[in-house]
Amino acid sequence: MNFKITTRNLLVAVLLLMLCALPLFAEKFYVQLFSKILIMGIFAMSLDLLVGYVGLVSLGHAAFFGLAGYCAALLSPQYEAGNFFVSFSAAISICILFALLTGVLALRTKSFYFIMVTLAFAQMIFFIFHDTKIGGGGDGIYIYQKPLLAISGITLLELENFKTFYWFTFGWLIAIYAFLRILLQSHYGHALGGIKVNEHRMRALGYPVFWYKLSAYVIAGSIGGIAGYFNAIQFGFVNPENISWHTSANVLMMVILGGMGSLHGAVFGASVFILLQELISNESMLGSFASHWSLMMGFFIVAVSLFLPNGLTGLFSRGSKK
Amino acid sequence: MSKPVLSARNLTKRFGGLVAVMDVSLDLFKGKVHGVIGTNGAGKSTLTNLLSGDLPPTTGSIFYKGMELFDLPQHRVSRLGIGRSYQKTNIFPAFTVFENVRLAAQALHQRPFQFWKRAGSFADVNQITERAIHAVGLSDKRKIQAFAMSHGEQRQLEIAMCIAGEPEVLLLDEPLAGMGHSEAERMIDLISRLKNDHAIMLIEHDMDAVFSVSDYLTVMVNGQVLESGTPERIRTSDKVQQAYLGYGEDSHV
Repeated sequence: MNFKITTRNLLVAVLLLMLCALPLFAEKFYVQLFSKILIMGIFAMSLDLLVGYVGLVSLGHAAFFGLAGYCAALLSPQYEAGNFFVSFSAAISICILFALLTGVLALRTKSFYFIMVTLAFAQMIFFIFHDTKIGGGGDGIYIYQKPLLAISGITLLELENFKTFYWFTFGWLIAIYAFLRILLQSHYGHALGGIKVNEHRMRALGYPVFWYKLSAYVIAGSIGGIAGYFNAIQFGFVNPENISWHTSANVLMMVILGGMGSLHGAVFGASVFILLQELISNESMLGSFASHWSLMMGFFIVAVSLFLPNGLTGLFSRGSKK
Repeated sequence: MSKPVLSARNLTKRFGGLVAVMDVSLDLFKGKVHGVIGTNGAGKSTLTNLLSGDLPPTTGSIFYKGMELFDLPQHRVSRLGIGRSYQKTNIFPAFTVFENVRLAAQALHQRPFQFWKRAGSFADVNQITERAIHAVGLSDKRKIQAFAMSHGEQRQLEIAMCIAGEPEVLLLDEPLAGMGHSEAERMIDLISRLKNDHAIMLIEHDMDAVFSVSDYLTVMVNGQVLESGTPERIRTSDKVQQAYLGYGEDSHV
């Protein structure tokens, strides 16, 4: 691979450096806000793998987000910090299992039916946590201390420190971005691209389409779980809202906002969505109108879908072609 | 004669009350083109779909090199060595010619677990791809997106994708459909070249083409085999004259 020095690459490098240095100059509030953006960026990328690269529109992606979150909460002892490695791997394993179980069934369907089946599975998980006492019912459950990232007593990272937590999630975002990027350029990724465009032909060419889709679904689910896990430990709180279809719809909107089929687009979409949400729900700025922020968000998304069919990243790629 | 590469025995396909293919048997040999002709709705495409694993037969059996293909999913049939082209062009329009064919070549070497390597970095796959593109004469179009090509070129691409899977059997469903005269000639030329190392079933409406390139012909009417034999025999068959060709005694096909 050779990197050319272009204005675009320079801008990206500057942006990355600034993001990396953010905790050094920004206030705690902003560092935490950006941690949330990074986490939602991971979440949006995971859904984009399905929606943008395999053509599978899921409206149940929050199931993974919520399951991993609940796993983090339930495996954290109340008065001391849990073990990061234990709860993290448990959370991801649960997500893989859930993806395998539901994927085998959901992937037998297509288009609208796939949307409905994924939604239905997520709703089941939602009501399990909402209507039973497993995770505190509708009130949710607290994580009093962030898990401890330590090997044989030596603390590697102090996740309680908001700066360290930011850098930690930043590292995960970069790692997941790189992983997905490499994956999508491989034989596997190209086969997914073929499946998205013409599934029937891929089968006729000799591809076991179902296994490709299922594996992509599992990868997307586990990465969604990673996002859910970090979300839970950042806020120290998990409730059924994390699994609700609103959460699924929000992440889908982030992907659409950024532009489907573009990993950085997904991250960008998540950033815009969260910053905008922060801005228009700000009461000191907009007064009582702020409580209607979702209305304004709706208008914004309609406008983007109407005028920028390739999402917000379409804005840049069109500009660079000129 | 040597053993057939692909043979179908008493294939029948019913769609509810409709019998699309009824009791059809045929053999495909390496180095031979087996033409299948028949009116629209005679069951030719359904026959192709049965042989390629797109559809399971209601009754009857298919043997590939003596092994019965029973209940195999389509992708397995394809990887065994039965490649097919489609009557309606069935490609990846937004991909380049090279990527279309590369995906076809990759099917034999899928390597999903070497996910850190770029798709274009496998020499074997690239080589097969280049060979297939060259065989159909699209070498100078390899970087063009498939949708931007003429209909005839897309048909050529379809064949290139078919042979890139390195099949031993080629099921060609109307490869000449909608082609201009010179394009059609080039395609016939290509088919007769492919004949050397493939067993080919050719479905075609262009009578001149079928008779010129086929070694053996099967005529289908209403899902059934009306007659089969060498082109000379078909040409002189009374049954065929009456049922299909339909013209008077002295007209020639």
